[in-house]
Amino acid sequence: MVSKTLTVKNAQGFHMRPATVFAGAMGKFDSQITLEVGQKKVDGKSVMNLIAACIKCGATVTVCCDGADEQAALDTAVELIESGFGE
Amino acid sequence: MLTGIGASGGIGIGKVLIYREPDIRYADRAVSDTAAEKTRFAEAHKRFCADTERKAQSMAGTAAEEILRGHIAMISDPFMRSQIDERIDGGACAEKALEEVCDMFIAIFSGADDELTRQRAADVEDIKRHILQVLLGIEEVDLGSLPADTVLAVSELTPSMTAALDIKNICGIVTEKGGKTSHSAIISRALRIPSVLSVENALATLTDGCEVIVDGSAGEVYTEVDDALREKYRALQKQYAEREALTARYRGKATATADGISKELFANIGTHKDLESVLEADAEGIGLFRTEFLFMDRAAAPTEDEQFEAYKSVAVGMQGKEVIIRTLDVGGDKEIPYLGLKKEENPFLGFRAVRYCLKHRESYKTQLRAVLRASAFGNLSVMIPLVTCVEEVREVKALIDEIKCELDGSGIPYKRDIKVGVMIETPAACMIADLLAKEADFFSIGTNDLIGYTMAADRGNADVGYLYTVYQPAVLRALKHIISCASAAKIRCGMCGEAAADEKLLPLLVSFGLDEFSVSPVSVLGVRAALAARTKAECDRIAEKALALTTAKEVEDYLKNPEI
Repeated sequence: MVSKTLTVKNAQGFHMRPATVFAGAMGKFDSQITLEVGQKKVDGKSVMNLIAACIKCGATVTVCCDGADEQAALDTAVELIESGFGE
Repeated sequence: MLTGIGASGGIGIGKVLIYREPDIRYADRAVSDTAAEKTRFAEAHKRFCADTERKAQSMAGTAAEEILRGHIAMISDPFMRSQIDERIDGGACAEKALEEVCDMFIAIFSGADDELTRQRAADVEDIKRHILQVLLGIEEVDLGSLPADTVLAVSELTPSMTAALDIKNICGIVTEKGGKTSHSAIISRALRIPSVLSVENALATLTDGCEVIVDGSAGEVYTEVDDALREKYRALQKQYAEREALTARYRGKATATADGISKELFANIGTHKDLESVLEADAEGIGLFRTEFLFMDRAAAPTEDEQFEAYKSVAVGMQGKEVIIRTLDVGGDKEIPYLGLKKEENPFLGFRAVRYCLKHRESYKTQLRAVLRASAFGNLSVMIPLVTCVEEVREVKALIDEIKCELDGSGIPYKRDIKVGVMIETPAACMIADLLAKEADFFSIGTNDLIGYTMAADRGNADVGYLYTVYQPAVLRALKHIISCASAAKIRCGMCGEAAADEKLLPLLVSFGLDEFSVSPVSVLGVRAALAARTKAECDRIAEKALALTTAKEVEDYLKNPEI
């Protein structure tokens, strides 16, 4: 398993569009993707659970990827979050 | 007249068309052939996605397109799908399985402490309703060809409904549900259709085919329309359209006078949730973040961490643009029960704002610490309200230095050169503006209180309210003096009162040398357009003439149509 901790930078946090973009991108990987936010663990491929987790701008998240393509999945996740989902 | 929330500005004059949602009640039944039922749901899902995709394409480039694509993503969520299949495996029919899973998320989203997440509940509701219609074989009502000048009356405007709308023939929207940030609001704004939301019993009160006027700026719907009223609103309609065209030209442009002198154009906000409107308004920073709203409607003061999160989210969201945080401005007319402020004879001359804060140092330190910690994440400044003497500024700055030492000791980062500004809103601060300018990194003029204190007039009191106007020579002289003291000390001077958005007053403010204008988000583009309309030399001539006049009425009349 690989993981990285980072800060959510885009103004809206993991809202509709960012969550859709993120879950869509993660869905292409075989690895299991989990976001840890505080005490919560969220399925990174589920847009509904991402929205329900209310991950706001400025929040600290740890992205954990586990599976055959874990490094590629993590790189993609980090790129998306750091670029503010292209917002 | 009916009243509601004006969510999308402008005026529509037309005939009412009432749209009622189809009945989506279904007969619950136990399912034995679960595989067939899952296929039935899968097909409805496929049909929904295809329909929605088509609608999204027809709305390309709009807010509705994004919302509709979001709906496809939501219902295609692998977790959501597996939950529905699981329920069907347990013997539920597709309708019930869908409803249960949707309702679960509606409950989770509605219970969130975050407005944007709560709004997603409406999306799930919309998805549920639509797939139920597909499952029940209900055809969508055709809103695709409407008579010209239709005012659409609906319970709620949903994204899926919007896509099918004959937009060019709709001149107004009236809904029973939804607030300023609801889908109905976002969509009607995106479509640039005047809308009034949350009109109680609108569907029962309005009559199909009857003529109404929808004033989306004021949040009013007139049901009894005569020639005079129609004329009046036709004129307003024209004005509005001209203004819209003007402001559209100034989005994304730099703020400057006609001869290219740069100005800063900021927005005022009440809570960190207003961030989106600031970005949408194209403001260059936040000139006033009123922190008292963080303290209101609760049983105890917010903790340092809570405040830190709120300040940080604005700091991060503004992406390096300046955010001026005004420390707690309590007292006067702003009551916060748990702070235990005593009733006073003269609350506006009493224990309020920085006076209160400096007597409650621990809670003030909590706020300042939260601001300093958040300053590591963006470009924050601190502003002290209701200053009347130099000592107050010195005391706050000493407190900030003390906190900086503590933070250094704990290795917590903060913006080392965080600016500390003074809000000039009392005649005392005006008189000693030269002295305050030596202590402050910047000024921001709070015109609302400054006018009230200068004129000794409460604008809420009908008997003396006539005195309360920024055009009073006394107020104009005060503004000129404050700004010139700031210029002499080479510090920036801003204005965060309502007067900063007063287009009649702008030439004077430019002439006096005001650097920063902080206005409500809706006024940003109008102010940018107005600032670009004149050169500094023209403003100087207007100011010279205005200052030579002797009464507020003369000044205002002159500024309505200034001859240079």
